[in-house]
Amino acid sequence: MKITDELLDYVGILARLHISEEEREKTKEEISKIIEYMDRLNELDTRQIEAMSHAFPVKNVFREDVVQPSVDREEIILNAANKKEGCFKVPKAVE
Amino acid sequence: MEFETVLGLEVHTELATDTKIFCSCSTEFGGEPNTHVCEVCSGMPGTLPVLNKKVVEFAIRTGLATNCEITRYNKFDRKNYFYPDLPKAYQVSQLYLPICQNGHIDIEVNGVKKSIRIKEIHMEEDAGKLIHDPWDDCTLVDYNRCGVPLLEIVSEPDFSSAEEVIAYLTKLKAILQYTGVSDCKMEQGSLRADVNLSVKPVGSKELGTRTEMKNINSFKAIARAIEGERQRQIELIQEGKKVVQETRRWDDNKGASYAMRSKENAQDYRYFPEPDLVPIEIDEEWIEQVRASLPELPEAKKERYLSEYHLPAYDVDIITGSKDLVKIFEEAYEVCKNAKEVSNWIMGEVLRLASETSTLPEDISFDAKNLGKLILLVKDGVVNRNTAKEVFEKMFSHNVEPEKYIHDNNLKMVNDDSAVKEVVEKVIAANPDSIAQFKEGNEKVNKFLMGQCMKQLKGKANPAIVTKILDEELSKLK
Amino acid sequence: MELCQMSGLELGKKIKAKEVGVVEATKAVLENIEKREQSYHCYVTVCKEEALAQAEAVQKKIDAGALDSPLAGVPAAVKDNMCTKGMQTSCASRMLETFKPIYTATAVQKLQDAGAVILGKTNMDEFAMGSTSETSFFGATKNPWNQDHVPGGSSGGSAAAVAAEEAFYTLGSDTGGSIRQPASYCGITGLKPTYGTVSRYGLIAYASSLDQIGPMAKTVEDVAEIYKIIAGHDKKDSTSVHQPAPSFTLCPDMKGKKIGIPMEFFGEGIEEDVKEAVYHGAKVYESLGAEVEEIKMPAIGYAIPAYYIAACAEASSNLSRYDGIKYGHCATKYDDLVDLYYQSRSEGFGFEVKKRILIGAFVLSSGYYDAYYNKALQVKALIKQSYDDAFAKYDFLLTPTAPTTAPRVGESLKDTLKMYLSDICTVSVNLAGLPGLVVPCGFDKKGLPIGLQLIGKAFGEETLLNAGLAFQTATDFHKKTPVGKEA
Repeated sequence: MKITDELLDYVGILARLHISEEEREKTKEEISKIIEYMDRLNELDTRQIEAMSHAFPVKNVFREDVVQPSVDREEIILNAANKKEGCFKVPKAVE
Repeated sequence: MEFETVLGLEVHTELATDTKIFCSCSTEFGGEPNTHVCEVCSGMPGTLPVLNKKVVEFAIRTGLATNCEITRYNKFDRKNYFYPDLPKAYQVSQLYLPICQNGHIDIEVNGVKKSIRIKEIHMEEDAGKLIHDPWDDCTLVDYNRCGVPLLEIVSEPDFSSAEEVIAYLTKLKAILQYTGVSDCKMEQGSLRADVNLSVKPVGSKELGTRTEMKNINSFKAIARAIEGERQRQIELIQEGKKVVQETRRWDDNKGASYAMRSKENAQDYRYFPEPDLVPIEIDEEWIEQVRASLPELPEAKKERYLSEYHLPAYDVDIITGSKDLVKIFEEAYEVCKNAKEVSNWIMGEVLRLASETSTLPEDISFDAKNLGKLILLVKDGVVNRNTAKEVFEKMFSHNVEPEKYIHDNNLKMVNDDSAVKEVVEKVIAANPDSIAQFKEGNEKVNKFLMGQCMKQLKGKANPAIVTKILDEELSKLK
Repeated sequence: MELCQMSGLELGKKIKAKEVGVVEATKAVLENIEKREQSYHCYVTVCKEEALAQAEAVQKKIDAGALDSPLAGVPAAVKDNMCTKGMQTSCASRMLETFKPIYTATAVQKLQDAGAVILGKTNMDEFAMGSTSETSFFGATKNPWNQDHVPGGSSGGSAAAVAAEEAFYTLGSDTGGSIRQPASYCGITGLKPTYGTVSRYGLIAYASSLDQIGPMAKTVEDVAEIYKIIAGHDKKDSTSVHQPAPSFTLCPDMKGKKIGIPMEFFGEGIEEDVKEAVYHGAKVYESLGAEVEEIKMPAIGYAIPAYYIAACAEASSNLSRYDGIKYGHCATKYDDLVDLYYQSRSEGFGFEVKKRILIGAFVLSSGYYDAYYNKALQVKALIKQSYDDAFAKYDFLLTPTAPTTAPRVGESLKDTLKMYLSDICTVSVNLAGLPGLVVPCGFDKKGLPIGLQLIGKAFGEETLLNAGLAFQTATDFHKKTPVGKEA
C-alpha cells in the first residue's frame, strides 16, 4: 500500500519523529516502496499457521526473589543531560 | 428519566515481593530518589529483563483465590508509549495471554448477594514517579518504583452502585492481604483503582458512552468519584449533550473530575510479544503446589467463624474483612479458646481505640496473645472487666504484658472474703441513714451501698463476691 | 611472517612461548591502526592508552600462569554496539555520541576475562541498520580490498579491521547478515551463532529476536576459539539457552557428509562470479568426500519482507528509549516535554534509522498489526519449517553470502529497497535462529572477495566449523590479504 501524508504524520506522532519538508517526499516514496514489497506476503495463505515469536522452545526462565545491591545513583544519572537532586530533570509534565 | 449506572473496575496492586519484576533491585517503599535502581530498571541500552518467579506465583495465588482459570501458556507483550516515568518507552505487560481469566468475586450489599465477574488478571511492571519542582517549574523523575511488579485485575462492568464497588474492593483487598500477595497500602499506592462508568436509562439494553477515571486511591474517594461522575453524565444527557469517551482525573479536594489532556495521545500502544522474554508454561503440578500453599480465604473463614464459633454475622464480616483483625482474633483465641470474648473485645475495645487514635488495622502493634491472656485473667477473676479495659488501653498503646502490668500496678482483684467483709461492715456503719431506709424496705439503697463498697475497694473486688457479702450482712439487719 | 599477519591463534602461541610480548603485539597493531585508519576508518574509537595498560596487565597474568586461553594476550576489537564500561559506545549514531555505559556486555567481559586486549570500538551502520557501513554518523568504512567499495555491513568496521590487520579478530553482531555479509565482502571468516548461544546482555538492541553476537577473524580455527570463549548460558539474558559452554576439537572430515544447495539463494541479481565461486566451493566438498545436492526451499522467497517487518517493528520499540532524558543526544531547543522528545530524536537519528522506526511503528499500528507483523511471524514459522525439513536430510546447507561482491561506495543508499533485497542470502537464517558460517571462497574479476555461507541446524556450530576448517585446509582463499595491494 501507498503511504499517504496523513499516515506518515500519524506514524511520526507514534514514533515521536519529525519528518522535515526536505526529507518528506523521499521518506514517503521509500517507505511506500518497501511496504508495497512487504505486501507480497499476502500471496501466502497463512491461516493455518501459528505466529512464531521465538524460534526455539525456551521457556520458564526465572530469577529467584533475592535482593541484590542497586547501582550507585551517580552512575544512573551519569549520562543524563539535565539532572537535579539525584533525579532526571525534564520540562514540566502536565496531565 | 431514571438512570442506572454501569461500572467496571481495573485495580492495580503492587506485589509484596522483595525484588522488582525484571531485576534484583529492592521494592522497598521510600528511599532517596533513584537509589533502588540499576541498569535494567532504568532502561539502559543493552540491558535485558529476567522474570522474578515469585511474581508468577503471586499471580497464580491471586487467580486461584478469585476463582480464575490459570492460563497454561503465557507471554509478555510490550505496550509502547512515551512518558518520562517509563524509561524504556514501553511497559512490559500482558495483552494477548493474561495469566488469569474468567474468575469472579462474590459480594453482598444490603443483604443482596451478587457475583462480580473478573475478566482477567495480568502481570506488568510499574512506572516511576514524577515530582513537580515548583522552584524550576520542571519535573524531576525518580525510577525507584520502575519495575515494581503489578497485577492488574480487570472486572467485567457488573457493578451498579458505589456500594457494590466498595464491597468488591474490600473483599479483593482482604484476599490480596490474606494470600500475602500485596500489603494493599492505598496511601502508598500499592492498591489503585481505575473506574469505568457509564449511565443509561433504566431498562435500556444499550450501554452508554463510558469514561475512565484513573488512579483513585481511597475507598471514600472512589465512592465520591462515582457519585460525581454519575451526576455529571446524567446532567450532560439531560441537557441533550453527549458523553465523550475519555480518561478523566478525579480531584477529590474539589469534588469534581476533569478530562486529562489527550494531546499527542493517540492511544495506539502497538502491543507486540516481548522478544526479550520467553513464554511461561504453567503445569498442573505448579498450580496444585500454589493451591496447597493458599491460606484459608475470607469466604471460607467467614463460614467457619459462623458455624464453629457461632459469632454474630456482623462481627464476622468486620473481622474477616481484615487480615490484621483475623490475626488478632486467631492469636488471642489460641490462648483463651473463647471466640465470643475475643470477638467482643475486637468489636469493642480494639476498634474503639483504633478509631480514637486513627490507627489502621495493619498498624495495630500489641501482641494479640496478650489479649488472650487478659481474657483469661478476667475469667479467672484476677481482674474485673473495668480494670481489664484500663489494662487493655495500656496494652494497645504500649504493648504491655497484662500479668506484669497488673502486678506492678497493684490492680489485682480483692478476692479475700474477710477483706471484703471488713469493708462492707465499715460501709454499713458509716451509712446509718441508708440502713434505716433499707430497713423500711427501700431496696434501692443496695445499689448505693454496693457503689460505696466498690469505691473503698478501688474497683479491684469481684463484684459478685461484694454483692454476696453485702447481701449477707444486710440480711442480718432485717 | 610479519607479526600482524598472523592469525589470532598463531600470535597466542607465540605469546605463550614468550616469543612475542603482549605489549609488543599491541603496539604493532596500534601502529597499523595509526597508518591505515586514515584510509579505511574501521574504528569509531581507538583506546590506545587503555589498550597498552590492558596489555601490560594481561602480560603479568600470563606470566603468573593465570590465563590459559590460547588467545590470551591477542589484541582484538568489538563493534561499537556492545557496551564497554566507561568507554564510549555510540552505535555509530549521533544519538549516542557521548554515551558511556556503566557496565560491560557479557560477551566482551568474557573476552577480557580470557585475556583479550581491547583496542577499541569498530565502525558500523548506525544502530546496525544497513548493509554497507555507510550510515555511520562518523563516516563510512572503506573496503581494504578496494577503497572505492564498501566493506559491507552492518559490522563493516569489524570485518575491515581484520582484513586490514588493524585487529587480530573482532566481534560483530548479526541481525540479518551483519557479520556474514561484511565477512564475505572483506574476505575474512565470520560466524553468526545459533540464536541464544551467545549472551545478548550489553548488546544494544536492534531487533531483539534476531540479534546475535559472533566472531570475525582470519581463520576458522580462530573463529572456533573465540566462539568457545563467548558462548554459554548467561543468567542475565532470558533468551540465552541453558547449555554448557562449547568444548570441541575440530575434525575436518567431510566423508559421507550430505550438503544441500538451495536454489532460491541463486535468484535474480546474482553475479556470475559469485555463482561460480560458490559452485566451485561445492566441488571442493565433493572432492573431500561429501555428497552435494541441489534442493528447493520456496519459503525463502518471502524471507526479506518477513525479516524487515519483524526487524523494523522491534527496532521501533527498542529505539524508543532514546528520548534525550536519561542518556544520549538531548536537543537544546524545545518548547515543552513532548517537543523535547521530537527534537532529540529527530536530531539524534540518521535518515535510515528514522525510516526503519517509522516502518516499524506502521506495521505495529492499530489496524495493520495482523496484516504485517503477525503475518511476518507466521512466515517466520514457515521458514523455520522449511529449514527443519532440509536438515532432516542434510548435514548443512551451502549458499552464497550475498548475490554480489562489495558494491561501490554510494551506490546502495540510492535505492534502499534494492539494498534490502541484497540480504536475500542471509536474513532467513536469522528468522530461523540458525548458525551461519562464512569462509572466503574466491574473488570476482575486480579482485573483490567472495564468501561461501554454510548454514547449520540449530546448535550445529561444531558441524559448521568442521566444514569450514575442511574448506580452509583444502583452499587458501583465507590466506589472501589486501595489505600491500592497496594504499
